Amino acid sequence: MFSRDSWQEIFQTIKKNKLRTFLSGFTVSLGIFIFIILLGLGNGLKNSFNEFFLDDATNTFFFFPGTTSVPYKGFKANRRIQFKNDDIKDIKQNFPFFLEYISPILFRAGIISYKNKSNNYSYRGVAPVYQFAEQTIMMQGRFINEDDVINKAKYAVIGRLVAKDLFGSEQAIGKYIIIQNTAYKIVGTFQDAGGDREERYVYLPYTTIQLNEKNTDKIDQIVLAFKPELGYAGAMIFEEKLTKFLKEKHSISPTDESGFFIRNVADNLNKNMQYADILKLIVSFVGIGTLIAGVIGISNIMVFVVKERTKELGIRKALGATPFSIVAMILQESVFITIIAGYVGMIAGVFVLRFVGDSLENYFILNPFIDTGTAIFSTIILIIFGAIAGYVPAKRAARIQPIVALRDE
Amino acid sequence: MGSNVLHVLKGINFSVEKGELVAIMGSSGSGKSTLLNILGMLDLLDSGTYTLDGVPIVNLNETKAAKYRNKFLGFVFQSFNLINYKSALENVALPLYYQRIPRKEREEVAMQYLKKVGLSEWATHLPSELSGGQKQRVAIARALAAQPKVLLADEPTGALDSTTSYEVMQLIQEINDEGKTILVVTHEPDIANMCKRIVQLKDGVIIEDKKVIQIRASDYV
Repeated sequence: MFSRDSWQEIFQTIKKNKLRTFLSGFTVSLGIFIFIILLGLGNGLKNSFNEFFLDDATNTFFFFPGTTSVPYKGFKANRRIQFKNDDIKDIKQNFPFFLEYISPILFRAGIISYKNKSNNYSYRGVAPVYQFAEQTIMMQGRFINEDDVINKAKYAVIGRLVAKDLFGSEQAIGKYIIIQNTAYKIVGTFQDAGGDREERYVYLPYTTIQLNEKNTDKIDQIVLAFKPELGYAGAMIFEEKLTKFLKEKHSISPTDESGFFIRNVADNLNKNMQYADILKLIVSFVGIGTLIAGVIGISNIMVFVVKERTKELGIRKALGATPFSIVAMILQESVFITIIAGYVGMIAGVFVLRFVGDSLENYFILNPFIDTGTAIFSTIILIIFGAIAGYVPAKRAARIQPIVALRDE
Repeated sequence: MGSNVLHVLKGINFSVEKGELVAIMGSSGSGKSTLLNILGMLDLLDSGTYTLDGVPIVNLNETKAAKYRNKFLGFVFQSFNLINYKSALENVALPLYYQRIPRKEREEVAMQYLKKVGLSEWATHLPSELSGGQKQRVAIARALAAQPKVLLADEPTGALDSTTSYEVMQLIQEINDEGKTILVVTHEPDIANMCKRIVQLKDGVIIEDKKVIQIRASDYV
């Protein structure tokens, strides 16, 4: 049935019935085109979603101190819990299996000035690994390093917007800024995907702040990261063990939930991923709907084509065409048109998506794309269903009695 | 078709010898077209037997009927039934396509038959560029191309004026002279008298079956 002859027969039919071919091809192209575009835009929407919610590292815990609510081990209720440097050390020692890195955080805010310019900023005392927790991107220079922490160095790393405010176009690295009457040398500038707020921070070694505050060892928060290979379940076990450990260390009742608090990014991530999944579901739903609409379109055009060709098919049958050859001819033609048109629609869709690129970023569509696999898979689906859709009317046409078809004047 | 059963033919018993030229006559509704369609395996008989060239035509499924039609029968219709997007040559070659004859050979054979009906110069023309008489001659060439045992013509001159009708009949007579068996359904007595035998149908039965002296169409042209 795929002889050169039957192809010639089909090419002739296609060539001599341009309008019909164009209409059915156009339906198919349009179906695939819209499907690709919708799926691409949906992916773009998902990308901006990820961009918004997933800028920080996703394997981190934040520990906030609280106030006890239950008397325990001779301590009264309503005792404030204070984290100290030895908490960091103890966690490092006790959980090497789970721990990727750990950093204290000291939150401070105040006037920061350079020459005659000054402004109110938040600044934080942190360890070098904090860079990974925030996924801070260095623009120039370096982040705080271990030597800075050990030497309690008066070094500062400033955000992009801080540099812009205080230095304008001037080079910030190597200059000194004044914080709380102390001069800090700028060793790096950074940017952060988290947005403007995060680019207005200044980071200092946490030991330097502690030294300035009468050599205290108090810290405000602890951020730590578990090894990503532990997975979600492993992270949960780590959280449980760590909670138990810290409660014991700070003499908090095991049942007291307010001694300190944990913000588990992995948990948040899970929730956000659920939103992303729902978004994905909606996009797939719309996509499948479009695909079904495309299939229905092809079915309609096939019914129309067969109807239009009833008489011709009757003539062919009278001249000796078997039902099989009729079905084969119609199917071969429709599959051929569908493949070509489907391919054209797919390429056009992919091309338009690429052309659109990031120009719709303001509409929350970021880098819309469709992976080749999905594009080809959906095109093949449409071709298969197009063939099935064409088979039914073709089969019916093949069964028509030639006299009935020929009577049809 | 439909749920109503209509008995059109009510007991027909006749046979046609090789080389005959038979006219089947009758008013409309007499069953002449139904008879021809059954002979042409375009329609199925409810009861009775039909033997073609010694082959009993029974238990026909669609595929078998198609093969018999292709091998044994050639059709000429009142409305020509040419495929409108194919040239005269391609129309004539179409039955050969279904015999799986290679393209080159198909075109050669088709050209021969077009020459035979006097239309070799019109080979590349579409049916819409041909006159009624020319279209019918292309249809006859197409019916002959597969070298059928029997040629079935359903009102072949029904859509033509009398001069053209006689030209077409002349062609049919010439083909018959070469030995081809031909059945012509017509309601025009002058056309019927150009055949060698006339079968009169009325209300589904044969009321008259007689041999006649053939009037040559060439006398009129």
